[in-house]
Amino acid sequence: MPDIVVLVAHPQQEHSRINHRLMLAAARAAPQRIEVRDLYALYPDYLIDVAAEHAVLADARLLVWQHPIHWYGMPPLMKLWLDEVFAFGWAYGPGGNKLRGKDLWLVASTGGPEASYRPDGYNRYFFDAFVPPYEQSAALAGMRFLPPLLLHGAHHVDERELAAHEQIYARRLAAYPDWPEIAQLEACAPCDVPADARPAAES
Amino acid sequence: MDHGTPWLLTSLTYLGAAVLAVPLARLLGLGSIIGYLAAGIAIGPWGLKLVTDAATILHFAEFGVVLMLFLVGLELEPKRLWALRRPIFGWGSVQMLGSAALIAGVGMVAGAEGRLALVAGLGLALSSTAIGLGVLHERNLMATNSGQSVLSVALLQDIAAIPILALLPLLAVAGAGTHGGGAGWWGAAKAVAVVAAIVLGGRLLLRPGLRWIARSDTPEIFTAASLLLVVATAALMESVGLSMALGAFLAGVLLAESEYRRELETDLEPFKGLLLGLFFIAVGMSIDFAVVFAHPALVAAVVLGFLLLKALVLAGMAWLMPLPLVERPVFVVLLAQGGEFGFVVFQAAALGGVIAAEAASLLVAAVALSMLLTPLLLVLIDRRLTPALAARGAADAPQEIDAAQDSPIIIAGFGRYGQIVGRLLNANGLSATVLDHSADQVETVRRFGWPVFYGDATRLDLLRMAGAAQARVLVVAIDDVDQSVEVARLAREHFPSAQIVARARNVTHYYRLRELGVTLIERETLDSALMSARSVLELMGWQRHSARNQALRFRRHSIELMEQMAPHFGDEKKLIALAKQGRAQLEAQWAEERAQRLERDPRANWHAADSADDAPSSR
Repeated sequence: MPDIVVLVAHPQQEHSRINHRLMLAAARAAPQRIEVRDLYALYPDYLIDVAAEHAVLADARLLVWQHPIHWYGMPPLMKLWLDEVFAFGWAYGPGGNKLRGKDLWLVASTGGPEASYRPDGYNRYFFDAFVPPYEQSAALAGMRFLPPLLLHGAHHVDERELAAHEQIYARRLAAYPDWPEIAQLEACAPCDVPADARPAAES
Repeated sequence: MDHGTPWLLTSLTYLGAAVLAVPLARLLGLGSIIGYLAAGIAIGPWGLKLVTDAATILHFAEFGVVLMLFLVGLELEPKRLWALRRPIFGWGSVQMLGSAALIAGVGMVAGAEGRLALVAGLGLALSSTAIGLGVLHERNLMATNSGQSVLSVALLQDIAAIPILALLPLLAVAGAGTHGGGAGWWGAAKAVAVVAAIVLGGRLLLRPGLRWIARSDTPEIFTAASLLLVVATAALMESVGLSMALGAFLAGVLLAESEYRRELETDLEPFKGLLLGLFFIAVGMSIDFAVVFAHPALVAAVVLGFLLLKALVLAGMAWLMPLPLVERPVFVVLLAQGGEFGFVVFQAAALGGVIAAEAASLLVAAVALSMLLTPLLLVLIDRRLTPALAARGAADAPQEIDAAQDSPIIIAGFGRYGQIVGRLLNANGLSATVLDHSADQVETVRRFGWPVFYGDATRLDLLRMAGAAQARVLVVAIDDVDQSVEVARLAREHFPSAQIVARARNVTHYYRLRELGVTLIERETLDSALMSARSVLELMGWQRHSARNQALRFRRHSIELMEQMAPHFGDEKKLIALAKQGRAQLEAQWAEERAQRLERDPRANWHAADSADDAPSSR
């Protein structure tokens, strides 16, 4: 039974330099315990099978979101997946405890180089500024948010760097949960949503 | 005995010899041509003496060569022929003139009379189109560089045979005095007129004529028409003293772009094969072993001498072109041999008194022996030379002359359904081979500019001609249920590497395809009906996006249900029960979702009731 679910979202995988390679690396890393789900191949019509996704997540301990950063966030199908799969009453809110205690790991690439994610760069903010939505999504679902694995400057990364990055990724997946930093992470504080919050929260 | 018996006996002899010898030769790894030649020698005047009139048979069987050139022409659109003009006239002339001059020169040095040396040079420079193209076809080498080079040279030789034959009387005359030139001019004018008539007729009349015949829906009449077309062209060319084969080739090229190409190929292929076989048998029979045994050393010297000289010229050409190393030996051997046109040249020369009859039969024997040697040499090359060369020249891999000849996609059935498939593919830069059995449909579609061929896709040979063996995808878009299932069955059985994408008219059709193991099936009405249902939901106040989601979810459910029911195809009661159960499940599930939504978000209720603008909120 796979205990690691890797969700890959790249809207144009034929143009992917990084994520396609990483996806293959993930599939090879530990085939017994990793299920790689290529979202754009699974749901080309954007019709997510929520029941199937819930079933896959039931046995997972680690959920990986692997995607390129587009406009400072996740690609649209990944967001749709989040909207529909992390449902009220399942992932959060009353009875929404199905993900509690699991880990979420963001593995992302950015087109801009690291230097562009600075107050004096064209992205104006450190990359850390774009992480809180991910972190809080995990927290609301009672998940522990592991330190993200990032690769900046995707368009200009050379083969050597890419291979090294690929290797780190594969090793981490294979070693999970025996990572040095996991021991130091605190358990996530619960974020309980009051039962009556719902009608006002969604329009 | 009555009249039928000799005919029957002859057929028995030929067919029996071929059926015995060819599989034996192939079993020994020698190729079918050697089998035919051996069969000819065995039944001929120097073997079992079962048949003695080799010349008559040879003449009749020449029609096999004519058919073959017609088929070669069919494969060669005018555009591609035009692209080959340089290899044909350039390299073809180099081969022809170079070999003829070298052979004649060496002949004269060896002490032959000037006229004899010249005739021998010209006649021996020609190569066997039948063996050359036959071998290329057998080995699927037609599309390679060497294949195209062999074809180019062979074509020039066919053209050159005309002036050579015209030259022979002049050579004879050179000794006997001058002859009036008027007949020559008149003949030339007639020849030009006939070629013009074939080109114009082929352009303007052939296609409508074939369409008219195809519409009669009588397959054997289409076959008869195909044969008639080739016979008529050949007869027309022969009547003005031109090469029959060249005429047939011309007719073939003119039809290469037509939608009937595949059908013509399929219909004529068996005739060509059998007649070519007969031709090779006749060549085997016509080897005059009396001459060979009378002057064994001389014959051997002539055969080896001219093979060597031609090989020299050809090797030079292959080096200059340049051809890939691995392809060179085949190119050299296929063109080094003598050819059937050599027989004609030597016979005509002997008849015209240019050379002595004995010299003619010696040369004919030399040519025939070289044709016997060629397949043996090829076997030798395959076993010894090619592996070595392939190892050496691994770097310069053989190149295709242009894009693959056989499209990776075949669309069977080009009606309303197939056309949409084809257009989307075309818009994405893909091309497909299209088969349709309606002559009218084919004509309409051709005006759109689609490459489309007329034919019944349930015919295995037609599918094979269309390239089903190499195709990656076969789209079965035929509207007739039985035919569609038949095509799918044939394809699953004979072309397992082609993925089938099928259109199903209805549920029964879907299951029949499913039973054959086809997985990519679309019910032709499902998606359009769902689009209509979406429109209705929208009109009833659903958000467009919600309507879309519901339609897509319904679609998924419907397909899952079909798959669940598939194993029970044939069990009517079980199917109905499952369908009911599936419907009930969906309805229950969706009712529950509606209830949940209302419970969670009471506003959705009055929103929907209040105004049509705002639908129940999405899930």
